[in-house]
Amino acid sequence: MIIKGGVVYDPANGVLGEEMDICIDAGAVAEAAGGPTIDARGMLVLPGGVDAHSHIAGPKLNAGRIMRPDDGRIGTEPRRGLCRPCTGYTVPNSSAIGYRYARMGYTTVFEAATPIIESRHTHEELEAIPILDKGALTLFGSNWTVMECVGEKDLPKLSAYVAWGLRASRGYGVKIVNPGGGEAWGFGSNVKGLHDPVPEFNVTPAEIIHELARANERLCLPHSIHLHFNNLGKPGNYSTAIETLDLLKDIVPSRDRQAVHVTHMQFSAYGGTGWRDFESKAPEIADYYNKNDHATMDMGQIIFGSATTMTADGPLEYANARLLHQKWSNHDIELEESSGVVPLVYIRGSPVNAVQWAIGLELALLTEDPWKVLLTTDNPNGGPFVKYPEVIALLMSHKRREEEMAKLPELLSKRSVIGSIERELGWGEIAVMTRAAPAHVLGLKEKGHLGVGADGDVSIYEIDPREVDPGSDPALVERAFTQAKYTIKAGEVVSRDGEIAGIPQGRTFWTDANVPEEDMARLMASLKEKFEKYYSIQMSNYMVQEAYLSRPVAVRAGVEVAQ
Amino acid sequence: MIQEDVVCSFCGCLCDDIRVETNDEGIVKAKGACRLGSSKILGHGPGHGRISKPMIRQDGELVEVEYQVAYDRAARILKAAKRPLLYGWASTVCEAHEEGVLLAEEVGAVIDSTATVCHGPSVIGVEEKGLAGATLGQVKNRADLILFWGCNPAEAHPRHMRRYSSNSTGRFTPEGRKGRTVIVIDVRETRTARLADRFIRIDPGTDYQVISALRLILAGKAEILGDEVCGISKGKLVDLVDILKKARFGAIFFGLGLTHSRGRYKNIDCALSLTAELNAHTKFMIMPMRGHYNVAGIGQVMAWEGGYPMSVDYSRGAPYFNPGETAACDLLARREADAALIIAADPASNFPRSIVEALAEIPVIQIDPYENPTTLLADVVIPCAIAGVEVEGTAYRMDGLPLRMRKVIEPVHPSDEEILKEIRESARRLPDDH
Ligand code: SF4
Ligand SMILES: [Zn+2]
Repeated sequence: MIIKGGVVYDPANGVLGEEMDICIDAGAVAEAAGGPTIDARGMLVLPGGVDAHSHIAGPKLNAGRIMRPDDGRIGTEPRRGLCRPCTGYTVPNSSAIGYRYARMGYTTVFEAATPIIESRHTHEELEAIPILDKGALTLFGSNWTVMECVGEKDLPKLSAYVAWGLRASRGYGVKIVNPGGGEAWGFGSNVKGLHDPVPEFNVTPAEIIHELARANERLCLPHSIHLHFNNLGKPGNYSTAIETLDLLKDIVPSRDRQAVHVTHMQFSAYGGTGWRDFESKAPEIADYYNKNDHATMDMGQIIFGSATTMTADGPLEYANARLLHQKWSNHDIELEESSGVVPLVYIRGSPVNAVQWAIGLELALLTEDPWKVLLTTDNPNGGPFVKYPEVIALLMSHKRREEEMAKLPELLSKRSVIGSIERELGWGEIAVMTRAAPAHVLGLKEKGHLGVGADGDVSIYEIDPREVDPGSDPALVERAFTQAKYTIKAGEVVSRDGEIAGIPQGRTFWTDANVPEEDMARLMASLKEKFEKYYSIQMSNYMVQEAYLSRPVAVRAGVEVAQ
Repeated sequence: MIQEDVVCSFCGCLCDDIRVETNDEGIVKAKGACRLGSSKILGHGPGHGRISKPMIRQDGELVEVEYQVAYDRAARILKAAKRPLLYGWASTVCEAHEEGVLLAEEVGAVIDSTATVCHGPSVIGVEEKGLAGATLGQVKNRADLILFWGCNPAEAHPRHMRRYSSNSTGRFTPEGRKGRTVIVIDVRETRTARLADRFIRIDPGTDYQVISALRLILAGKAEILGDEVCGISKGKLVDLVDILKKARFGAIFFGLGLTHSRGRYKNIDCALSLTAELNAHTKFMIMPMRGHYNVAGIGQVMAWEGGYPMSVDYSRGAPYFNPGETAACDLLARREADAALIIAADPASNFPRSIVEALAEIPVIQIDPYENPTTLLADVVIPCAIAGVEVEGTAYRMDGLPLRMRKVIEPVHPSDEEILKEIRESARRLPDDH
């Protein structure tokens, strides 16, 4: 396939708005190719979109669907053409997730959290998502074995457990959510801060995070630790954010990437002592990022309207439900995690929601380097992923932001600096935040760029970046990004003008990390005891079986790779 | 041959520690399984009412045919129907469920599971309130208080108490049964009730009032109540609330006694609310005691495939969910369903009589390893391998935890998944106006 004459933005390869051809051969970008030609003259050509943090599969998603039949009705689309029927807006069915991402030009999406013991479920749903390449991040932050290894200061054993847990869950990377809090929530409490010991385990969140980061680098994993801070969602929590980031300054990345990825930073950039004096601390966070290079973040932008919050941060969801008088689902997972789901609505008239909206944008606009900030809504926590084009328009247009601010409470100007930010992001910066950076942050070498050998994933938008000024025409930008003219996955057109044109089965990335045998043997002894005494299932039934990944891609890592 | 850690395919406990012994004759031993489980696992041979060949009813008699003939007949029946119903699914694996949803899309059917006659009200309760739950291992390791409401695990889920609940031991529960308080609330003194520390008998149909009273007491509004609530002294209820509040980790398990007594989903709504409110005082969770081994799985599959966990109508091309309108019994009661495919269930034994009569009036396709009363109504009978014994695949435990069922012996018959796929292929080949 040859994509002819488009205006290409491929920031990973230093291409910023050049008119050029892209050739795809055997599913990958090539020097030359035959086959069909796509006329992309006057159109924006980008690598396929990559979402490094989105909730798309697993027990939480289904809990959301089951408790929200109201949401199901919103997105109803009948079976048509190649497409199976769709339902849902914030919690769509699996088919809809694949089609809607593909229509927007996205080709790779990573599920943000899977508990090891329930990963079979996560993979069943990932398999049911059409078109996309995907992977899942595995939860380790409140895990008994992790906390015991941390307590014993046994890094080799901890690393062996991380490697084993990734294999057991067929997971891609290390996710840490409110470390220690999930365990405390097992008896209805929480950890209050980085140095508050986890009940019964005598380790602190700080130790869990730091040691998991060291294990992550010892194993030379493709992705860094992926961290949801303690105290998330609480006024005043920006200090926890900065304290945690400081804690990780001594971590030396084993690969060319960050030492820590902080997820949905918006929910952790809060000032104030309560909801009454709640304010943005995005400038402080952005300032920190401008002065330090060891961390990346994703926005976790909120979208006004309906959302379904879902997270392994069980106590947070309980607090949300009580505060908002909402229905509440909770699901605690033996020896490993907690989790919760709460539907909510972000309202323009609410000063708190308005400030949250501003914080997400401020983080992206005040952090100078777009490689440090991924565009996300923490789908569907801040809002559904189908709203990414709206976020893009807001980032590219001061005018668009002013229009929105006019609808928000006046208090916003006292509690945030959004009104004073003139910066408008350019096409290249958006391409970084939605393609190049997420791929780089995840350590996916063949994604997020269009160099020779990259996956043949391309999105083409019907907008000419040489003609359109996004600052004054944000509506054009939003419309173009809502529906790709073409989405190409591994050299196959999968979406054209919003019509699904091909439904390939995507691949699933997981990380296969080796560790020295003696470390694994030591680990096995303590795991055996856990299964005999504490788990409710047998060890031989625990691992995700091969049958659950139809197209697995094992990324090699491990102690040998690191040496 | 000995196979370790086999998963039992009978009830929602999905015990995964069964040691199965096979020889040339088949399975000879299922060590570790309870009475119910071992009769299921051992009951695979021809002597156990297995259907051997596909059959089609001709002039009132079931006549043996080839598989393809049965597939084509099934496809024609479903395709010709205006309102076909695909019902059952509780005793097969999720891989078959996924095929079932595809078939529903292909022929524009209503697809519903046996949940509709067991924990359907629980699902509706969850839609109203959400569910504060946990995996069974949390109960094992943490719970010091267990409340069984309208359920009788000692007889219906025989290993539940030992493995997961009242008698299990774990990290924070080293004393097992001794360290726990077990309470049973039911309309009669069941075996489970006799094993409890405290049994509170309530009058049939009063669950809602009793739970509401507990909520009032918990909210500090006991003075609103009279001296008695449905025959139970207020003091007893105040005591109970006190015990609940003092627990370190409380677990409520409920069964059909709660979902099927007066109030139905409102009872569940109320119990879920009570659980959420107890969390203001201590840690509490609640769980429905799912009956068949994978009735939870069909709900999961339907939710990710179509957005809703049961009673989904695909006749308009898009999933439409409105229990009360689109549940199997509603459809049959209104004489709306004009064909039915019954798989891995026996509605002729479990539906109310008037609904069974409705089923008897329409063409019925049965997919099952065993003959059962539904076979008597069936026009097409397709024997399948026993999922979870002869076919591997996924099942979801009552707490939502998925396990992979093993294939312990080689099947003679095709799997549910293969059969459904063949019927769908056959239906695809038929013209639309058929
Ligand atoms: S309790 Fe249920 S799952 Fe366990 S062995 Fe008995 S029937 Fe099987
Ligand atoms: Zn998230």
